[in-house]
Amino acid sequence: MTPAISVENVSFAYDDQPVLKDISLTVDEGDFLGLIGPNGSGKTTLLKLMLGLKQPDSGRIELYGTRADKFKQGTRLAYVSQQSSEADAMMPVTVREVVRMGRYAHAGLMPLSSEDSRLVDDALETVGISDLADRKISRLSGGQKQRVYIARALASEADLLALDEPTVGVDADSVEAFYDLLAELNDDGITIILIEHDIGVVTQHANMMACLDCELYEHCETSAFLESGAVERVFSSAHGLQAGQLVGGD
Amino acid sequence: MAVETPSLGRQRALLGVGVPLTLVGFTAFILWVFPPLYGLFWDSTCSTVDTWIVCSNFLQRGFTAGALIGVTAPVVGAYLVNRQMALIGEALAHTAFGGVAIGLFIGAAVPTLDYPLVFALVAAAIAALGMQYIAVKTDGYADVPIAIMLTGGFALGISIISYGVVFSATVESYLFGDILFVPFENVQLMVALTLLVGLTVGLTHKQLLFITFDREAARLARINVWLYDTLLIVLTALVVVAAMQILGAILVAGMLVIPVAAAMQLTASFNRGMGLSVVVGQIAIFGGIFLSYIWNIATGAMIILVAIAVYLWALLFVWNATVGTLVIVMPVVVWVYLLSPLIGGFVMLGLIAIYTLASTRQ
Repeated sequence: MTPAISVENVSFAYDDQPVLKDISLTVDEGDFLGLIGPNGSGKTTLLKLMLGLKQPDSGRIELYGTRADKFKQGTRLAYVSQQSSEADAMMPVTVREVVRMGRYAHAGLMPLSSEDSRLVDDALETVGISDLADRKISRLSGGQKQRVYIARALASEADLLALDEPTVGVDADSVEAFYDLLAELNDDGITIILIEHDIGVVTQHANMMACLDCELYEHCETSAFLESGAVERVFSSAHGLQAGQLVGGD
Repeated sequence: MAVETPSLGRQRALLGVGVPLTLVGFTAFILWVFPPLYGLFWDSTCSTVDTWIVCSNFLQRGFTAGALIGVTAPVVGAYLVNRQMALIGEALAHTAFGGVAIGLFIGAAVPTLDYPLVFALVAAAIAALGMQYIAVKTDGYADVPIAIMLTGGFALGISIISYGVVFSATVESYLFGDILFVPFENVQLMVALTLLVGLTVGLTHKQLLFITFDREAARLARINVWLYDTLLIVLTALVVVAAMQILGAILVAGMLVIPVAAAMQLTASFNRGMGLSVVVGQIAIFGGIFLSYIWNIATGAMIILVAIAVYLWALLFVWNATVGTLVIVMPVVVWVYLLSPLIGGFVMLGLIAIYTLASTRQ
């Protein structure tokens, strides 16, 4: 079986600033990959490279066996970014209108069918926000907003769901319910890649972990990962670097 | 999900046949169906209403052109405003003015080429594509390229005009707009633009909305963001040129922005907001034309002022719905009362009853 994503020897730099060095990893279909690392370690960049939104300077990335930037089946992918984009804070758009966007790539230039509308209703139902369908999205709480984006991903019937720190600024109860929802989706066979700063929460749900700090420190099953001490190494080295800079500054 | 590809292929084939056919249909409509329809409508309106304002040929053309602008400008503006590109329209209008100047200059020398609006269309389209190119190169519509395009287009126009081969009255009509100055060919041109905008937005509304709301997610869904961005900015150029005749190069952006800003205050839904902004656009156009005749004020300016009044009212209504409603209802009630104290009194009692019922239900 071809893996959902395969990353081979990928490097990426913003101008002269290297962000990722020689990364290789694979994500199999049905995996729940937790991607962790300190701030500025290139997690988001790696995620965007994997989804074909950016191109690597060197190396090769494949999505379901095709080069990521040539991968045409947009309907198989869904992305929930760090929340509070400017648009969802300002623009008048209802929850239902946002979830319907999940069907847009399927419909092309034609109007949405009744089948599309049914999938939208189902998605709203699944994440438990049917009662919010006609509310303006900017009026929702952080946790509710993230559910809307998950509903959009569900409506698009994506096979791969990528989330970039989806729970920043969301209250603790909602976070728990959110991860239960993700676990359910994963049980249904959706591949999940999750960037998260709260290591405790990820290791509870993810079956694979990857720890990143420019280089890939560790990529293995979650239980082995917790014993490997990669977390301590990465976060203490980042800490050490900062302390070193401070001393150098003096 | 492999079934997706043939269905999209079929769509493409359908469009390949459907769009050219529709365009041929549009052309036929504009050339042969629209003129008699237009005559029929205004003749019957004139004979039933019988006031000079609907019987004057100049005003008939002005109203028609205005009503069309009141549809297209807010529709295109709805995407622009929510992408924080409100001033793109202004920049394109000023380059279009440069095009008008070139057109007037060439038209003065070669009378067969005396179609300044066509030159405006070309100049605005080139400016639109240039703006799009800069946006791609520099990551977004920064305001510096907009300022350069805006002043550059205007400077070009003025320098050509200062060469001194055109009448200042003609120049002024393009700068400030002139509702009495819309020839019937231009009304036809505007019908064409309106149909074109309607067709394009009808087909691509989903993509334009998706990109407006969540660019990254749209790119992920493999929607061709560059293509739709280019489409939107070219549509903007078309609308700006159409609206320039009535509003003038300087005031055009107001029609793209203000009705949308007002409508977006009043609704939670983008689609309803778009519909409502067309309503606000029509209020501004018709209110503006009427008031400009009653008070003898420049039409373009009055249209924008009416639009702003509606926007301010929308803010008031959002702040306090009761006050907002009263501001509209009270003058009407007072007017009725002055005409007939008895009916006016009943209307007031009725309103108080409705208000009491509404507030107890809460």
